[in-house]
Amino acid sequence: MLAYLIRRLINAVVTLLVVTLVTFGVFFLVPKATGSDPALLYVGKQADPVAVEGIRTKLGLNDPIIVQYGKFLKGIVAGRDYSNGPDITHCSAPCLGYTFKTNQEVWPILIDALPVTISLAIGAAVLWVLMGVLFGVISALRRGSIWDRGVMTVALAGVSLPIYFTGLLALSIFVYGLKWLPNAEYTPFIDNPIKWFTGLILPWVTLAFLFAATYARLTRANMLETLGEDYIRTARAKGLRERTVIGKHGLRSGLTPLVTVFGLDVGALLGGAILTEAVFNLRGLGYWALQGIRQNDLPTILGVTLFAAFFIVIMNLIVDLLYGVIDPRVRLG
Amino acid sequence: MSLGPETSLHDETTPTADAAQERDPSEKAIAGRSLKQIAWRRLKKDRVAVGGGIVILVLILIAILAPLLIKLFGHPFDEYHNDKIDPTLGLPLGKLGGISGDYLLGVEPVNGRDIFSRIVYGAQTTLTVAFLSAFLSTILGVLFGMTAGFVGGWVDSIISRIMDFLLAFPQLLFSIALVSVLPQTMFGLNARWARSIVLICVIGFFGWPYIGRIVRGQTLSLREREFVEASRSLGARSPRILFREMLPNLAAPILVYTTLIIPTNILTEAALSFLGVGIPPPFPSWGGMLSDALQFYRYDPMFMIIPGAMIFITVLSFNLFGDGLRDALDPKAR
Repeated sequence: MLAYLIRRLINAVVTLLVVTLVTFGVFFLVPKATGSDPALLYVGKQADPVAVEGIRTKLGLNDPIIVQYGKFLKGIVAGRDYSNGPDITHCSAPCLGYTFKTNQEVWPILIDALPVTISLAIGAAVLWVLMGVLFGVISALRRGSIWDRGVMTVALAGVSLPIYFTGLLALSIFVYGLKWLPNAEYTPFIDNPIKWFTGLILPWVTLAFLFAATYARLTRANMLETLGEDYIRTARAKGLRERTVIGKHGLRSGLTPLVTVFGLDVGALLGGAILTEAVFNLRGLGYWALQGIRQNDLPTILGVTLFAAFFIVIMNLIVDLLYGVIDPRVRLG
Repeated sequence: MSLGPETSLHDETTPTADAAQERDPSEKAIAGRSLKQIAWRRLKKDRVAVGGGIVILVLILIAILAPLLIKLFGHPFDEYHNDKIDPTLGLPLGKLGGISGDYLLGVEPVNGRDIFSRIVYGAQTTLTVAFLSAFLSTILGVLFGMTAGFVGGWVDSIISRIMDFLLAFPQLLFSIALVSVLPQTMFGLNARWARSIVLICVIGFFGWPYIGRIVRGQTLSLREREFVEASRSLGARSPRILFREMLPNLAAPILVYTTLIIPTNILTEAALSFLGVGIPPPFPSWGGMLSDALQFYRYDPMFMIIPGAMIFITVLSFNLFGDGLRDALDPKAR
């Protein structure tokens, strides 16, 4: 078990390194190929050449890419100094550098944005798992009924709707039309739990609806497959109550595949629900990702990508470990 | 395949395993129809799938005939019509966002561009990007998936590792980032088609592992079947076995998953355009129109509803058709 854990951890770290290296490479090489200069982005187009050269030295933009990448990694682990002769700026660990445009440290910006994204992702995840699994299981048990067809129709519509459309529809109906809900906004939970809840309920429901549709379809398909297995027939044949057959024997193996999908989805969302945050104007990681991209701000983009990859890798790890607990067939010695 | 004691055991079990995997063997044996014929009959009976297919055909026709349709029923997509706009509010004159006989789907707020023309041109871009990126994903997925499954060993582990990596990658974020650093025009193409090519490459590239995984799995099981062994014992080389013997057997899953990847691609293209890194203005795209609508949807909801509904209808049709196709080709999945 320990050996497995260590191997998985090494694997996770390697994945993170590759993701950052790829991102770094893309943002280093593409501007070079297209002839734009990060130092110019930093100081503005009309800056005098001496200042630009100074910035270039200070940020280490003259170094080969691998050296720059090394410094970037070192910054995360141990902090780094940006120096240009006498002018030294220290950025303590974990350092993701400074934004090009506003010259702020990237790490605190992202840490501030994190609670927004986590609140959004977790709240929505709870809702969509409950709705998706419930509707999926009932559909599978009442296969072919009106209920099944209705749920599957709604679910099919759900997987075909983009959040940037349903989000706007939800806003115009529930916020501006019926005025049932306040506009989406983030209030820290500690400040005011009620406002936290009411401000996020609309993004939660909108986001959860789309995912619940996918999960209902998945759950139904998995349950139908499981219910067709011989051991379910055996369980019924030996006289178990239907509730035990479904609850104990059916659900367990029917829902196991969902765990993988769920882990990946939550991991991806934690790295920034870009579209949802854009529609509801929430300032989470996705918002900063978009800001960074619009302003060509390499440190911000790298930072968010790193966060996103981190969450995906971690969730993957958790899922794999959980699998051993819920599925005895893959239990590790 | 190994020889020795296992061989006899294997030979005994294969016919049953074969029968289970064969799609509807009884029908095939009696009527002698090919899988294509069986699937086509099933698909024709599935009204929902046929409906989806018809909508797709209509959309493709709209996209192909776009210039003609606009000449007949619309106005140039980038022509301003300030006389259709209320000068104080900046909103379209008339009900429902200015829908009239002259402007079939109304006009945009502020500059009064014809929404019908923009939707029609948007269909062209959306479908081109979605189809070609699905095509790219399929080619890459089949190529890598078959290689991994057929060659096995370290080749398989490398390709599988890459597929796992790509599936666990912040794709949307990376696509946005990548698209945003690329220049808007290149290869002497205008911004619309240059960006379309970039979108096709990015979306297509991130899509291939989905198909690759399925193809790999199928190849692994096909590799052990008798007909492959027979072909090899007759002296066929690997390329022939791969492309003439195995590929036809993979056609069904490849077709189904290509169809099902198209709606995902439409949503991704629209998302990228919505976020401002897709098709650049003034060229129309459905996602870009929704993004424009962000400012106005409270006062002019039709401006948001029309492109949103188009995305919904298109994606839904592809999903319905894809589901139907899957059911028709593989009744077990029903």
